[in-house]
Amino acid sequence: MENNAEYVTIYVMGKKHEVPGDLTIMKAMEYAGHQFTRGAGCRGGFCGACATIYRKKGSYKLEGALACQKIVEDGMYIAQIPFSPAEKTTYELDELRPDANTMLEYYPELSRCLACNTCTKACPQDIMVMDYVQASLRGDIEQAAKLSFDCISCGLCAVRCPAEIVPYNVGQLARRLYAKYIDGPSQHVLDRVEEVEEGKYDEEITRLMKASKEELSELYNNREIDLK
Amino acid sequence: MTRLAYYPGCTLKTKAKNFEDSTLATAEKLGIELVEPERWNCCGTVHSLSTDDVMHHLAPVRNLLRMEELRDAGKVDSRQVVTLCAMCYNTLKRSNTVFNTDSDRRKKIRDNMYKEEKEYSGNVEVVHYLETLREMGWDKVKEAVVKPLTGLKVAPYYGCLLLRPRGTGIDDTDNPTIMEDLLEALGAEAVGFAYSQKCCGSYNTVHMKDVVADLAYKILNHAAEEGAEMLITACPLCEYNLGPMQSEVEKKHPVFDSIPVVYFTQLMALAFGLGEEATAFTGNTPDPRPLLREKGLLEE
Repeated sequence: MENNAEYVTIYVMGKKHEVPGDLTIMKAMEYAGHQFTRGAGCRGGFCGACATIYRKKGSYKLEGALACQKIVEDGMYIAQIPFSPAEKTTYELDELRPDANTMLEYYPELSRCLACNTCTKACPQDIMVMDYVQASLRGDIEQAAKLSFDCISCGLCAVRCPAEIVPYNVGQLARRLYAKYIDGPSQHVLDRVEEVEEGKYDEEITRLMKASKEELSELYNNREIDLK
Repeated sequence: MTRLAYYPGCTLKTKAKNFEDSTLATAEKLGIELVEPERWNCCGTVHSLSTDDVMHHLAPVRNLLRMEELRDAGKVDSRQVVTLCAMCYNTLKRSNTVFNTDSDRRKKIRDNMYKEEKEYSGNVEVVHYLETLREMGWDKVKEAVVKPLTGLKVAPYYGCLLLRPRGTGIDDTDNPTIMEDLLEALGAEAVGFAYSQKCCGSYNTVHMKDVVADLAYKILNHAAEEGAEMLITACPLCEYNLGPMQSEVEKKHPVFDSIPVVYFTQLMALAFGLGEEATAFTGNTPDPRPLLREKGLLEE
């Protein structure tokens, strides 16, 4: 592999590697010979599978990032957190009410929040995690849903929280409550569902399902991308 | 309009909405705009009794920083932050004192205050809405009264957190008069009783309802024996333990007459003639409206 970038030293689970300095943590680890069997997903910063913690040489700070997004820096000590054990409660959305009691019933540990903001500090998406945990605690479901909207459930907040809250599951409950009871159904989704049911897309779907791999590649590579 | 920073607290947004609604309406009537910051968190609830309590100060101090940010942004006219819930008042005020008097803990609090653009300076004054009223002058409150609460006998219930510890309390720890003064300005008759500063049982209400039922029984009965027709409070937890918990009192003490308990601001809203939305009596258990109608203070 040719690379003109300057090389930096990183430590993957303690093992030293020299890697090109313009790679992401994920690519650098692969460059160093690691094969990802877990902890890699979309490679585009959307899926949250590649949560990673690191410390830089000489710093006391423990930092978090997505391996597919963060560019390596010299002296990084890296460990991946491909899975975070988390309590995820089950509920019947139809039977809930969008208020503080619901949040506390399913996630009672919410009331242990100290507002230390460690979760916000850990979030690779720059979400104000503590603020949405606090909004949930006082029943401000709309605020909790909006503040947590960009969450990709990577789990870094949950492994750092001293109160052992799992913020990303709390945020998910808040967004579900918001969508069902406060925001309500979106007209464009209802319209699309009706179109689907009327069979408007049947022909196209059938064509795609019968297409060869080459045809699919061709279609995918030349697809229209709406950036709006 | 004087613009003052306002810290609501979680309970004011949920179970004690009637406390907030009545307060905002009365403040407006008195020419005060209570400005709630966009961001705030739980006050921290309950001042820690351990000496190793740095973590417990993060929530209150972060709130105080939000108030300072409001002032820096020119959105309020004073260094004061107005609180309503007695618990929030107590927690914020005591943390502020720790922050301003204990340099060791101040440093530790700052070290753990993650992700803030600036540090809290310590220059916010925590006050309770009752203090705001006293500072403004009882005559000003009286001027706003359009329907004096003549003939209404009200027992002011202080509980613990408005008065203790000494130095944190809003009035004399042993002989407070601030609620009596308010009642007088509203035209009501203040009824003193021996249990006005007795604890309501606080969080025991969660798992030791018995304890709370006994305390509430004593407090309510003593007030009634002195001739009170209702009680006022400034604390959502006291309101809950003395109000809705009367059903538990009745179970334990068959000879008990229920008595309404309302927030002091609800009586202000009534005396100011601000209407149903402001008095928000629908949020109280037992319902105070039959008594107020009987007294000719509320229309049928």
